[in-house]
Amino acid sequence: MSEIENKTEHGSMDGATAGTAGDPKNDTGLGLGVIFFIVAFLICFLSGWLLFPKLLYSKHEQPFNFDHVLHVEETGDCESCHYLREDGTFSGIPKTESCLDCHTDEPMGDTKDEAIFAAEYVAKEQEVSWYVYARQPDCVFFSHAAHINAAGMDCKSCHGPIEETRTSRPYEENRLTGYSRDIWGKNIWGIKKNPWDRMKMNDCAVCHEKETGHKGYCFQCHK
Amino acid sequence: MKVDRRSFLGLGIGAVAGIAISPVGAKLTDDFSIWTQNWPWTPVPPDGEVSYDRTVCHLCPGTCGISVRKIDDRPVKIEGLDSYPVNNGGVCLHGIAGLQYLYDPSRVKSPLKKINNRFVPISWDEALTLVGDRLGELRNDQNPEALACITGSDQGSVPGLFNHFMAAFGSPNYLTMPDLESWLVRTAKTLHGDAYTLGFDIDHSDFILSFGAGLIDGWGSPVACIQAMGNRRQRQATLVQIEPRLSNTAAGASQWIPINPGTEADLAMGMCAVLLKENRFDPVFAQGFKGGFMRFTAMVQKEYPLDKVAGVTGISAADIQKTAVAFAKAKMPVALPGKGRGEGAQNLKEFAAVHTLNCLSGNVNKQGGTFVKPLPKYLNFPDPVQDAVALKGAAAAPLAGSVQELVTRIDKSGESPVKALLVYNANPCFALNDPFRILAAFEKIPFKVCVTSFMDETAMASDVILPVSTFLERMEDVPSKAGLAATVVGLSKPMVKPVFNTRSPGDVVIGMARALGGDMAKSFAWDSYDACLEQVTARIWGPLVRKGHVVLSENPPAGSVETDFEFLAENPVTVKPAGDLEFTLIPIDYFRVPPTVPAPSPFAIKTVSDRILRGTDMFVEINPQSAKNLKDGGFATLTTPAGSVPVRVHFNDGIMPGVIGMVKGLGHTLDNRYVSGKGVNINALISPKIEPNSGMDAAFGIKAGISKA
Ligand code: SF4
Repeated sequence: MSEIENKTEHGSMDGATAGTAGDPKNDTGLGLGVIFFIVAFLICFLSGWLLFPKLLYSKHEQPFNFDHVLHVEETGDCESCHYLREDGTFSGIPKTESCLDCHTDEPMGDTKDEAIFAAEYVAKEQEVSWYVYARQPDCVFFSHAAHINAAGMDCKSCHGPIEETRTSRPYEENRLTGYSRDIWGKNIWGIKKNPWDRMKMNDCAVCHEKETGHKGYCFQCHK
Repeated sequence: MKVDRRSFLGLGIGAVAGIAISPVGAKLTDDFSIWTQNWPWTPVPPDGEVSYDRTVCHLCPGTCGISVRKIDDRPVKIEGLDSYPVNNGGVCLHGIAGLQYLYDPSRVKSPLKKINNRFVPISWDEALTLVGDRLGELRNDQNPEALACITGSDQGSVPGLFNHFMAAFGSPNYLTMPDLESWLVRTAKTLHGDAYTLGFDIDHSDFILSFGAGLIDGWGSPVACIQAMGNRRQRQATLVQIEPRLSNTAAGASQWIPINPGTEADLAMGMCAVLLKENRFDPVFAQGFKGGFMRFTAMVQKEYPLDKVAGVTGISAADIQKTAVAFAKAKMPVALPGKGRGEGAQNLKEFAAVHTLNCLSGNVNKQGGTFVKPLPKYLNFPDPVQDAVALKGAAAAPLAGSVQELVTRIDKSGESPVKALLVYNANPCFALNDPFRILAAFEKIPFKVCVTSFMDETAMASDVILPVSTFLERMEDVPSKAGLAATVVGLSKPMVKPVFNTRSPGDVVIGMARALGGDMAKSFAWDSYDACLEQVTARIWGPLVRKGHVVLSENPPAGSVETDFEFLAENPVTVKPAGDLEFTLIPIDYFRVPPTVPAPSPFAIKTVSDRILRGTDMFVEINPQSAKNLKDGGFATLTTPAGSVPVRVHFNDGIMPGVIGMVKGLGHTLDNRYVSGKGVNINALISPKIEPNSGMDAAFGIKAGISKA
């Protein structure tokens, strides 16, 4: 008998005896295996749910707090600051220059955020480097005009009740892709209650299918 | 309890199962795909508001109106400006690549001073003080005429400021590079008197007789000419292209007549002889013929009989006769001088002889003909304040009539008569024949200041570099030139804040004058160049700002012009290619490679055909008939009396046997890895030959030999 056969034979015999259920002498081995299994399973499962999202995203505070409630009260609506330009492109977050329609380098209120804005941005003629929660990956083309003008949608349908927020929550950035957590959604499984909880491609497709009867073509959004 | 293999197995399976039904897998797969579709290191241009702004391109003498597309304040694209009277919406490859020059690797980013052969950044104050001190010494020594100045052209307010500077300083030694406009002004001066230039109404002409003018190869205002050639067929206008090589222009012409290189002047004289002999000249226009017309008539009949001209030019007597008669018979003929781009080494005899054909045809100052236009007079500089030193210096005789002549002067003197040199928007150490000779002359000049945007060959040979903003970063008036029928002044405006620590060239001149102080500063009392521009263009400033351009003249100039034949009646000598080797090497002006300032953009270099440049190998064109043992694509050594270089051979049936063609403008050694070290600078193979009457370098080609390497 060759060495290998020898070993195989012994090996298989070992296995046969060791694996026999109900053998009282070897019962503890299996029990420990199950415990190890359960422990490893629970650790990994819970890490996947709880630790992984914490590791995947880095948190950034906005340069200073922005009170939407106050601004909507003062200006009346979203469009005063976030509007469509004449050519149909969306202005996005206003530039410091637009803020100067109302603000000066003298703080208007007495919050510390206002003081930061006046001193660091207005006085120094700098743009505020806001983190944009809703920014889609660069391979996505999105026309606000098509949704607002043609489909008659309002801001809230996709962005939620932003006008009711008094504080800017921290921006969470995906360490791998560099994009905002809001695209995938706060829920790590991507489960959403409101349309604005998640904005993945499928969310666009579902709505398009509902509204237009068709999911849309690749090139409509990926140019 | 025993921890055995199975326990670990349990551990592993548990871990895998735990991960598998956690969101990790799905989430990472998704993130990974997003990551791969948007590599984080790929630059993403920031979004912003789109706007368009208009300005004028002055990368070449074309002066095209352009529209710059911007995202917020960042220019992102250049397009032709619709309805601009020069280019009517068109733009060329250099124009669209204009943005590359903003970030060009060879840009000079701050003032520099050479210490121990290395450039060290200094502040503007230090640089201007240094220049002021060094130039001031010349005036203190009562020797202001030892300052010389070379600019790329003498049109517009910035060259005007340099001229003003030289006058206030007290030096007559202000020279410009030989561009097409300078040749046209010189030609007009020879035949019609001072302060004229020539424009050609190619757009309306029905018979274009081109003596090698590369109408789609960069001659004149390139886009305007290409458009005129585009509509030529619809107008059923004839183009006869006379040159030794089937250029792109010749390939699109009605007829290509190959001619022995350098004999264009003889051909034009021969054609004049035909027209005069057959009395086919316009009697009305001839009333303005004075000075030497009879002598000229007798001379051409005697010296340029058909058979002799046929022998010299290699064109049959019948063809010469036929072409001359067709030209004379055409309703709106125009004859174009200026081989290739019409700049660099050309010769006055040829320009004058070709323009004489225009004069004989009588189609002068008429639609579809040649316009003898007064030089645009929209600039009004105040008189410079000249002190005694300046008055004496400015009255001295100029050292030379051209840059090459100046170089010869310096070459021949033990000690350079030029003690300080200003160079603006010119690269003589690359763009003129025999650049090594020019560099050697530069070495002898104790102090050289280069006012430039790019670290080019001339900048590298300077002592101080004052970096100027590119055309997209500054305001300037841009007069049209280079043979255009209309005279248009455009306003080029800053499209973007200067990317580096640069200034407008006008501000640099004002800064130098202030640093010199005294009467110099008094001549430059403007707060800034922009204020100066507004003042000196006061007559047209309003509409210039409002519309972006002003058309100074459009229609044929009114009134008659007189024509003086004295120069040609003397039968000036034709400058022949030097040497006695078998071939004649001629430069090819190729539109994709600008041969002067600025050097080609990285984009333009990428568009060069690999039959001209492959990797760093330079190709020369040769007719297979005269190739002997050379192989198409093979390596060879090209030798001229001026030097010898390795090249590769490209067989071209469209070049005359006995002629070797080499593209001009390659072989830079400037600090730009996209452009440098590619090919050979043909100028290094040609020694200048000064034309006696004009003082200009007329060595368009040179005798050469080629052998298998
Ligand atoms: S032809 Fe000259 S002026 Fe016109 S776009 Fe091209 S480089 Fe600019």
